[in-house]
Formats: sequence, C-alpha cells, structure tokens
Amino acid sequence: MSLKIIKAGILDTIQDCGRYGFQYLGINPGGAMDRFAAQVVNMLTGNESSEPVIELHFPASIFLFEQETMIAVGGADFSATIDGEDIPLWQPVIIAKNSILQFEKWRKGARCYLAIKEKLNIHKWLGSYSTNIKAASGGLNGRSLQKNDAINFKERNDYKCFLRDKDFVVLPWKADILWKETAIDRIAIVPGNEWELLTKESRRKIFRDFFVIGSLADRMGYRLQGTLTAKQNCELVSSIVSFGTIQLLPNGELIILMADHQTAGGYPRIAYVASAHLPLLAQKQPGDKIQFRFMEQEHAEELLFLQQQHLQQLQNACKFRLEEFYHTAHAGH
Amino acid sequence: MENPASYKIYFINDSAAAIDFGNVIDKKINAKAIALYNYLTQHPVEGMIEAIPAYSSVAIYFDVLSLRKKIPSHKKVYEWIQNKLNQVMLNEFTGFETTTRFVRIPVCYDDEFAIDMPWIAEQKNLTREEIVLLHSSRQYHVYMLGFLPGFSYMGEVDERIVVPRKPEPMPISAGSVGIAGKQTGIYPLNSPGGWQIIGRTPLKMFNKDNDEPCLLKAGDSVEFYSITIDEFNHIQNTPSPRGEGVRGDA
Repeated sequence: MSLKIIKAGILDTIQDCGRYGFQYLGINPGGAMDRFAAQVVNMLTGNESSEPVIELHFPASIFLFEQETMIAVGGADFSATIDGEDIPLWQPVIIAKNSILQFEKWRKGARCYLAIKEKLNIHKWLGSYSTNIKAASGGLNGRSLQKNDAINFKERNDYKCFLRDKDFVVLPWKADILWKETAIDRIAIVPGNEWELLTKESRRKIFRDFFVIGSLADRMGYRLQGTLTAKQNCELVSSIVSFGTIQLLPNGELIILMADHQTAGGYPRIAYVASAHLPLLAQKQPGDKIQFRFMEQEHAEELLFLQQQHLQQLQNACKFRLEEFYHTAHAGH
Repeated sequence: MENPASYKIYFINDSAAAIDFGNVIDKKINAKAIALYNYLTQHPVEGMIEAIPAYSSVAIYFDVLSLRKKIPSHKKVYEWIQNKLNQVMLNEFTGFETTTRFVRIPVCYDDEFAIDMPWIAEQKNLTREEIVLLHSSRQYHVYMLGFLPGFSYMGEVDERIVVPRKPEPMPISAGSVGIAGKQTGIYPLNSPGGWQIIGRTPLKMFNKDNDEPCLLKAGDSVEFYSITIDEFNHIQNTPSPRGEGVRGDA
C-alpha cells in the first residue's frame, strides 16, 4: 500500500471537480467545495487539475506515506506537519518513505486539500472520483476515510537525489493564490429568478447586513442567520438548483446550497453566488460573518474567466518550474 | 399556460440556464419538458454538459470556459446561450415525447413499514385497506427525479388520501413509499424525509453498480401492487435481474 490512514478525521473524502451528466437521475455533482484550492494543489504537483484530491475538515486524518511521494497542501490552514515539522501551504513537498503527515492545529478556513503527484489508484463512479456519501458511491468505498484505510498509488517515483536522507524537501516555489478576488471579503451574488419576491427593504438589506453562518453549515448547504421578507408566500414546484443557489426559506432565513446540494428544490431562488466566489464561501464555517455584494451576470461571467486565466497561468508556471527543477537536479549529478 | 409555446429562459448560475414552462404540476406541461430534455440529449447545444428535466422546466449546464474560447470576445457567453436556447425553442419536438415505460412496483403496506398509516387513517377517516386500495388502484406519472439519487416525484394520488408533509423531517428507510400533497414517491436510500410513509417496496430503486443506477426515470408510468410481508421478504432475498416489474411500453 502507498497511503495509510493511521487516524481518521471527522470528514475527509476524495473529491474532484464534480460528477456531471447524471443530475436527471437525482445524482448530484458533489465534488470539492473549494475547487480553486483543489485545482491549485494538483497543479503544484504537476497533475492535471481534474485529478482526485483529498478534502480535509478539521480535525483531519493522520496519513502515513509508505513510498516516496510529492504532495501539495492548500486551502484551509490546519498547520500541516511532516514527522512533526511544519510544512508550508501552496508549495510542493517531496516526502520520504514512511513519513507521517498530520494537521495539528486549526488556524484558518474550513477545508484543506491534499494532492498527491503519484495519483490515488481508485475507481471512477459515473465519470467522477468524487465521494457521494448519501449514495455510498464514488471515492473510497463511497464514504469518508477511516482508520486503517489504505490506498495504492498509480505511480512510483524515485526522489532520493532530492531527499538525500532528509525527511522532506520543500520545493522553492509557491502558488500565487493572492488573486485579487480571493482577498476580498464580500461574496458577489447575482439576482435569481425569484429576486423580485423580496420586499424593496429586503433587497437593500441583503447588501447592507452581515449574515452569520449558522450551525447548520456543511457540504450540502449553509443556513444563514438573519431574516429577509418576501412580498407574498411563494410556493414553487420543484425545479433545478445548483451549487451557489441562494434560497429563501418560509421563515425568512437564507440557505446557500453548496457542493452536495440536492438537484432540485422548491424554495424561491432569490440569487446565486458568482461561481468565482464559491471558493471563498467554501472556506467559511459556522460563526463566520459574510456580506454580499451585487453583481450582474456578465460580470460574474468575466470574473469566472479571469479566475480561469489565473489558474491556467499557474498551471503553466508549475509545469515549467517542475521541469526546470528535475532538469537542474539531474544535471547536477 | 394558455399559449403552449410560452416559455421563459433564466439563469440558475453563471453556467446553467433553465427553460421554464410555468410554475405548475401538469402532465401536459411535464411532457413538454421531457420532450425538450429528450431533444437536447439527442441534439446537444454546443458546450452543453447536461440537461435536467424537472416538473415544468429543463435546466441546462454549460461548459462556459470552453464556450468563451469559441465565441467572439465582444459577445457575452450568457447572451450566446440565451440565443441558442431561443433557437432550440423554435422546434416542435414532435417525435421526442417519451415512449412511456410501464413499471409495476410491489409494495408491502403492513404496519411495520407503514409508519404513518394510522395517522392518515384517522385524519382521512379511512381504513387501512381503503388507503391501500386507493393508493394501488391507479397509474402514476413520474414527473421528475430529484432530492436523492433515484427519488421519483409521482402523481397524482386520489383526493381522499392527500395529506400534508410532516412538519419536521424524520429518518426514513430505503424503499419507503410516501405521500406528500398530491404526490407519491419512493425513498431509494435511507434518508431524512418529510413524506407520510404508507409502505415499503422490496425493489432496489437505486443500485450504484448498474449501468442505469435508477429503476425509474422521468416520463415513466407506475402502478403499485400490494404484497404480503412474506412476499416482501422473498423478493428482497431473491437476487432478481434489475428491471423486475418493467413491462415495456404501456
């Protein structure tokens, strides 16, 4: 085996960019909550952004690597260590055989991602590696990682010339994740089909007030504290909803649907989160305050393309640095 | 819905749009949504990832990043999508209606499964037998799948057994058959749920290992028939080929 779970975390699952094409059966896309982080950690190791990663919540699992491995950790900061020594986020790290990766202290964010260059050897279900816990399918046996789980890798690499008896080596480049839109704190939302259902006052209030993420906040959705008012009661027949749909509940509370959302819903969809801002939201947790800002559809679209461009540049840069690194290392011996 | 051609296009996020025929539960409107869905799966619009039928609407997910590369840069992708979908709606969709599959589903209405039967009987002043007869003596139309993998929204139940949803969701076992308003449905998996439970089917409504993981799909016609607990156990313990109960075209 290549990777062993020594101790299970509360909710660590294998995820990719989601399972599309089966929502007509009620099978939701799922996938990583913070797709930006999930893609970046993959890119840092030279993997395609669609490779499966391990999504960690705090307290996270403790991992034993039974072969030399290149990993990258990013997203939330849970103080990752290799054999007790800190490793940085957003940098590729080569680790020796029998290294232990653990996450000692919560610092920031809600979901941390672990990418492995040697690639997890697991099967796709309906075209995706994402774990669908409800359907007990996908990922590793359709569930979160548990103690004594073991996963093989697809590849084996020899990093001895880089490690030279050290426990690990941090490669000297870091992903630039300070993309301007991840530094801001207001979540951009676009009015949805039932936007007009809100009273005029509520349409102002939604951009003025802080909303606290309530205790019911998980991979399915975030319930927000604070209420808005509808002009009238509105009963909708069930229709399709998505990651980022903001629904108004009959009691005036808002719920934002997240990665494990149901495919359909009947509550008014007053707005949706610009997809470029879903990664920001994915790093929030109960008790966090958020504020919304208004955005037109065309700007949400532009923002998504800018984010994609940024990711593309990052991928190119990562590939270049890795190749250069291998080349210099080999030339030096 | 006076004008059968009337529809509305709106976006559910920055990469998915919906074509909506009105906020109604109506077999004819639903048939239109399913025909549009069938058309789109056979003639996908450029950049389409998937189409999803609902009661009276169809949602379409797009790969907007690949579309961005194809569409002239001065044009917004969402406007391009809107235009494409309007062009799609010029079609009549004749020949894309679903050939209805007729599916018979065995249900054991015994007390041990029918946890809400006593409450319904009292509310509706009916006996258990009357409720079973009313529930199992008509054909239901599968409007859509959603909520859970393979959860089918079917209708419409007899007026005499129309009951509201529970105020709070409760844990429900896989196979449970429930009623909520005029709808009836089957929970394919163990899940919290708010429908009033009147029985359980031994059939696996969802099986992840099958090529078609769900027994039902939108547009199917379903009939329930009552079985005893012995029959329930027999069917459940007999590894039967998938599609048991499927009889072909109605």
